[in-house]
Order: sequence, then structure tokens, then C-alpha cells
Amino acid sequence: MTHILQELSFYLSYPFVRYALIVGVLIALCSSLLGVTLVLKRFSFIGDGLSHVAFGAMAVATIFKLVNNTIFIMPVTIAAAILLLRTGQNTKIKGDAAIAMLSVSSLAVGYLVMNLFSTSANVSGDVCSTLFGSTTILTLTKTEVFTCIIMSILVVAFFILFYNRIFAVTFDENFTRAIGKNAETYNMIIAIITAVIIVLAMSLVGSLLISALIIFPALSAMRVMQSFKGVIIYAAVLSVIGAFFGIVLSILCSTPVGATIVILDLILFFVNCIIGKFIGRI
Amino acid sequence: MAYITCKDLTLGYEGHAIVSDLNFKVSKGDYLCIVGENGTGKSTLIKTLLHLQDAISGDIITGDGLKAYEVGYLPQQTVVQKDFPATVEEIVLSGTLAKCGWRPFYRKAEKKLAEEKMKRMEVWKLRKSCYRNLSGGQQQRTLLARALCAASKVILLDEPVTGLDPKVTAEFYQVTKDLSEEGIAVIMVSHDVQALDYATHILHMQKKNSFYGTKEEYMNSDKWKLFKNAEENRIGGDKK
Repeated sequence: MTHILQELSFYLSYPFVRYALIVGVLIALCSSLLGVTLVLKRFSFIGDGLSHVAFGAMAVATIFKLVNNTIFIMPVTIAAAILLLRTGQNTKIKGDAAIAMLSVSSLAVGYLVMNLFSTSANVSGDVCSTLFGSTTILTLTKTEVFTCIIMSILVVAFFILFYNRIFAVTFDENFTRAIGKNAETYNMIIAIITAVIIVLAMSLVGSLLISALIIFPALSAMRVMQSFKGVIIYAAVLSVIGAFFGIVLSILCSTPVGATIVILDLILFFVNCIIGKFIGRI
Repeated sequence: MAYITCKDLTLGYEGHAIVSDLNFKVSKGDYLCIVGENGTGKSTLIKTLLHLQDAISGDIITGDGLKAYEVGYLPQQTVVQKDFPATVEEIVLSGTLAKCGWRPFYRKAEKKLAEEKMKRMEVWKLRKSCYRNLSGGQQQRTLLARALCAASKVILLDEPVTGLDPKVTAEFYQVTKDLSEEGIAVIMVSHDVQALDYATHILHMQKKNSFYGTKEEYMNSDKWKLFKNAEENRIGGDKK
């Protein structure tokens, strides 16, 4: 035990490890807050679809050799989020089909572009690290950490200020509209924030595993908690625990960061299922 | 002056009319029951009354101190709500959101209002319970309390008894009847013949020549016979 703690404090003396922990915990916090709403609104797949779009955008950004990839990826993903939300209301292509279509096509475009134009010698390595997360979390610069902190503060502030409205829109959109509140605007803001979080989270867990960060904490919390507020707070706590120990474990055992976090989240989910059964709720 | 007066209303989607020439009024203490077959525009009428959609032509005039968006709405239950983790209190409080304006949080006044309505609907003791664990009747009373928080003059119920057993259905109708006797105008869309017992006015919707009148007038019209026969056939058919 003391050996592990010693090793941990050794790693923590490196700034890049501290950065990774800060960013990981913040991203986990933000994604779990929105995750509750997305899961309850049956939008879990939007996270998945958007992350694939972000992958495609990243591939395209790489061939243009932009100084900062985020400048390109962020607007594309936000546009896709707005588009998906719009088609969700359109009856011609149903929401889930539209998401599936968009996500596979952006995966295909991304992979194709990477293969054709990549300058790097190790194409499959590049693809793999974009999909499943990579060491980028450990090579964060001070500016990136700073951006992430600002973004997280904005997301959390928005969430607290609009908490009551988010609840109303999630529980009953028609009622919210009937009392004169603009449900579409809130939906739009939720979609945009989801896109922002996904782009931020790509460096942490990779684009294939982002959905896990969004849905697992919410699902786990819903097993145990009875109130909306309880679910939100508990989901945030679970998500932060999962991300923190996931990163620490991955450093100690040299496992992939993303996969470790997701597996920890999965374990937390099962534990909460058992707790839920035990206290006889749901 | 009536709360809501509809004049020569034509409703539909994208300029395509579903129902035309609707004329009716809702005043204080009225209990208006809206009946009609599927596809005669009942849901469209609800959306129009709630300002979720515009009428193709005709006017909806609100009066007697009723402002737009002051119609309390009890929607049909959605799939999302069935396993929603929220307490009764949280749901009822969300009905007061319209009174918050731009403020992000609820004040004491809103909490007081929610408390009053929860007590009125007898869900106060359940306020910390989770919505998904309530019985169908309790869920509907919770949603009714929320609607009452949003509006104190007119409430609009969209097929509220779907899925409730006969005893709970009768209890629920009685609650709405009590509300209308307290002076709240109740508008209810229903497939259920039983609902007519509680109504003071009936709107029977048809593509053209919709009927609007008091219950007595309706009972003497041939539209009632049509509706009753259709219902009896349907119920008879179900039994077979």
C-alpha cells in the first residue's frame, strides 16, 4: 500500500499528471450533468453520433494541418448537433436513423481521409488512438488545461442557472411549451453543450468511448436515487470518482486511460444496480 | 365575457384543413367535454388552444382576465415519464416556472403555491415519493396539481383517464368536477362516455357541422345517439 502511495506521489510531482487529473475530472463532471438529461430524453445516441462526427472532423482537420484542430472540430460538431436535433422532429428520417446514418458516414469519411492523406507512417496507430483515446491526455499544454477549466465553469454555471428549466424540458416538453417557455431554445442549448463536451472529451477517452462518460453515471444514479436533483448530484459524484481513479489506475498499471475509466464506470454501474435491488427501488 | 371564445375556427396542418367552423365558448365554472372520432382534430384543437400551433383561420379570443399561456395543461403521458426519477414535489414545482420570469430559481411564493396545490390534490404526503413508483391515479393527480400551479382559471385535460381502472377514473372525474364547481373552467378531451355525466357543455367535433351546446341540448341531438351507438358497438366489439 505504501509502495503504491509512494509511486502515486512520485507521478503527481509531474505537472502533466496533475493536468490530466484536473481535465479528466472536469470533463467527467460536465458530461455526467448533461448525461442525465440526454438519457432521460432518449438522446443517449446523440453523444455517440456526435463523437463520430468529431472523429471525422478531426481527420479532415489533420490533413489541413491546422495549428489548432479544435477551431475546425468544434463548429462542425456543433452544426451536427443542431442538425440532429432538427431531424429528430422531422418525420421523414426518424431521429435514431438520422444519427446512425450520420455517425457511420463520418466514421467512413474520417478513416478514408486519414488513410489517403496521412503523412504519418503509422496510420492504424493514429486511427486507433483517435478512436480509443490516447496519450494526448498526458501531453496537455497549460493553455489546453486553462480552456478546459473555463469551459467547465461555463457548463456548470449554465446548468445551475437553468436547472429548473432543464428539468421542465426533460420531464415534459409539451407542458413547458404550453406555459410559454421556449423549449426549442433549451433543447438547442443542451445539444450545443453536448457537442462542446464531446470535443473536449475526445482527448480523454477517444471518440468511441465518450458515450460511456455520458450515459454510465446517469444510469447508475437512476438505479438508486429517487429525485431528479439526487440523480444529478449522485451522477456527478460517480462520474468524478470513475474518472479520477480511472486515470490514477491507468498510470499505475500502464493501461489505456479511456478504457480504464469506462470499465470503472461499468463496475460502478453494477454496484449501483445491486444497491438499487437491495434497497428495493426499481 | 367568456375566458375563451372561438369564432369560425379552422384547424389543420400546413394549410390543409382538418376541421372547420368551430364555434364555442368556455366561461368560469364551465365543464366542457370535447368528443369526436379519431382524426377530427381534437389534438390539433388542444395545440391551438395552448398556442403551440396557429389556426388556419378564425379567432381565439381570450377574456375575463385570462392571459395567453394561462391555460393549465394535463398532457397525455409520454414514454419518457414512465421511468422518470423525480419526486412529486419537483414535478409540481415545475408548474410554477411561468411565474418565475427570468429568475433562475423558485421563490417562497412559488413553493407555497405548489404546497397548496399538492394539498388540494392530496399528494402532499407523497411529495418525497418518486413519480415512477406512484399508481396511475396518483400520477394524474400530481400532473393536475402541476397544471393548477401554472393556471388558476382554465385547465385543459387531454384524455386523462387512459389506463386508469373504473374506480380511479370515477374519483378522478369527481376531482375535476369539484374544481369546476370552485370556478375553474375545465376543458376535457375524452373517448369515454362516462365523462359526459360530469360535463356542462359538449363539443362534438366533426369535419364539418361540429356540435356545441349544453349537455341537455346534446342529449336531445342525433349526434349523441351516433356517439353512444358507436361507443356501445366498440365496447360490445371488445367483449366479443
